[in-house]
Amino acid sequence: MLSASALMGSAALMTMSDDAKAATEWAEHFQKNYRLMTDAEKAEARTRLERRYSSEYGKKVTVDTTGPQPGVLMGYALNVRKCIGCRRCVHACVEENNQSRGTRPGEKIEWIQVLRMERGEFSKDKMNQGYPEGLGIQVGGNAYTPAGQVLEGQYRYEPEAVPEKDATYMPIACMQCEKPPCVKVCPVRTTYREADGPVVIDYNWCIGCRMCMGACPYWARRINLTTPVLPKEEMNPVTHYLGNRPRMRGVVEKCHWCLQRTRQGRYPACVEVCPVGARKFGNLLDPESEVSLILARKNVFRLKAELNTFPKFFYFYD
Amino acid sequence: MQQLISFTTDYTRYVLKGGTKFYAWMGSLAVLIVGMMYVFYLQNTDGLIVTGMTSQIHDGLYFANLVFLVGVAAGAVTIVFPAYVYHHEGMHKVTVLGEMLAITAVIMVMMFVFAHMGRPDRLWHMIPPWGIYSFSSMLGWDVMVLNGYLFLNIACGFYYLWAKYTGTKVNNKIFMPLVYISIVWALSIHTVTAFLISTMPSRPMWFHSMMPIRFITTAFAAGPSLIILAFLIVRKNTKFWIEDSAINLLSTIVTWCLGLAIFLTMSEIVVELYARTEHANGLYYLMFGLHGLTNLVPWFWSSVVLMVTSFVLFLIPSVRTNYKLLPILCVMAFTGIWIEKGMGLIVPGFIPSPIGEVTEYYPTFVEVLMTLGIWAFGFFILTILLKGAIGILQGDIKYRGQAVAAK
Repeated sequence: MLSASALMGSAALMTMSDDAKAATEWAEHFQKNYRLMTDAEKAEARTRLERRYSSEYGKKVTVDTTGPQPGVLMGYALNVRKCIGCRRCVHACVEENNQSRGTRPGEKIEWIQVLRMERGEFSKDKMNQGYPEGLGIQVGGNAYTPAGQVLEGQYRYEPEAVPEKDATYMPIACMQCEKPPCVKVCPVRTTYREADGPVVIDYNWCIGCRMCMGACPYWARRINLTTPVLPKEEMNPVTHYLGNRPRMRGVVEKCHWCLQRTRQGRYPACVEVCPVGARKFGNLLDPESEVSLILARKNVFRLKAELNTFPKFFYFYD
Repeated sequence: MQQLISFTTDYTRYVLKGGTKFYAWMGSLAVLIVGMMYVFYLQNTDGLIVTGMTSQIHDGLYFANLVFLVGVAAGAVTIVFPAYVYHHEGMHKVTVLGEMLAITAVIMVMMFVFAHMGRPDRLWHMIPPWGIYSFSSMLGWDVMVLNGYLFLNIACGFYYLWAKYTGTKVNNKIFMPLVYISIVWALSIHTVTAFLISTMPSRPMWFHSMMPIRFITTAFAAGPSLIILAFLIVRKNTKFWIEDSAINLLSTIVTWCLGLAIFLTMSEIVVELYARTEHANGLYYLMFGLHGLTNLVPWFWSSVVLMVTSFVLFLIPSVRTNYKLLPILCVMAFTGIWIEKGMGLIVPGFIPSPIGEVTEYYPTFVEVLMTLGIWAFGFFILTILLKGAIGILQGDIKYRGQAVAAK
């Protein structure tokens, strides 16, 4: 098995015409798991990636390797009462984090879903039915084009204006669990919890087995079915190694709380863009941070708490 | 050393020679294998987008076949166990054939692993010292036990053949412990494969402790079914005679394991549908469809019909021992389990998704061709392995030129 995969790797490289690129990819192919790299090896990997990305996207791309800072445990809180379902967070996330944005099914990747819940489920005229009727059915297509239907919340809705009168909204994304099931099932330990909280992926070590996707109870993970479609002009050149650097074909990706921003003291893109201030982000170890105050004073809950995943993504309402 | 060289050359020469029928069979399999190589190339240039898998339903035909074939591999123990634990005469003669089937099935499993992965070029990341082995991952354990099983079967099978070939006696001090380990190991490979999917609370359809035993019962029905078919073909096409007692014992094993499998399926249906919580949505989708999406419904019911009908027929001794009808029953049981345990188990696990999304899975031509190609490859090596093993068992190939020309 080993020799076969090595052979395939070399075969893939033989077909590449550009010598410099081939050399970079060759070295990238045999680099270690990020966590096991020495600082020198990390610097080397970083330079290699910066060179490759810069030539690929025709602009100066930086790949940050800043590690977790001591005394920091990132936390997130979302006010479900305030969310108006505008989905600006979804789009800001895609722009910030270099997700694939093609048109073919499976080429479009979004990390945030805003689930639109029908308020009418509990309206007076439906009460005598005892339990809810089926919701509207979406038909045809494949992933990311309407393909089926969501039993409780639609995340593919095109409203004329938000908020809609008969709907409530429930945004979800990776919950950055303290006990992440995805990390446990990974056979190569390419996904792991960083010391400051977020669960990250070394995209260069991922074998694309998709066990983590099966284990995630929040459907937070996506597989790059093909080489991500990322137009040069739309590519965000400020990247982090474990964060938003462009991914390759066949690897899994997910939300990492904008490591390229948060490790530099900035807010994640979704927090920054939210027009109603429903999204809050901060340091759980700092008792005066906004998130800590929310946890102390508001009505807070976690999603699917019964699974003991202990998310650091909290929901609250006033 | 000289013995080893002559073993290799004699073996190779014997398995490569054959009649028109042999070459036609191998040739048509080779065509499918070439097709498989082409779609594998496609998958590793365009990516998995050429398959029907999505971020919602990310395990499909490949994973289904992988799970099923681990069962076939484990099924070989239905020969080894009666042969060495109950000293069944008829079985003892053909143990090696079961081991050859196990080798084939494990190799096919590995090929499906390659087909399934997003980055097969990085699979070495799993293997120390170059990669990292993760003890917390069920997939890691699965790869380990499967490789171990492959090694055990190659060791047991070829050591036995080697002894026959050279005319020496089997050293039971080495051989018997290996055999006993391989019996337990066969159970372990399927248990771990069941744990692979049943340890995920995020997928309520799979999240129950019945999975390992259900896997083992279905495996011990599907595995021997295939073995019976292979035996009947061997009996018809070679001079090698497989005794009725061996085949009859196998069909008895199939009968009871099939019965248990049906019972377990029935229990699951009662438990899930009595309460009919949201956790039963997957099973409900499989049986009746969910919100107008009914792709798998005909599959499920055809599997039920196949399994129940074949079970009832298997129960009748006069049908079971009728070697004209037996192959039909075996094909029915085998197909029924392939559906139930493959597509019928894996795909509805993803429907609805953890956030309640109902999507459907449409395997593409690429996936179908890949699957057919890997099965063809399996039959290709199975033919070679069985032919070689039978040649040695019959004494057609023997050390020091006593070889008789192949049939």
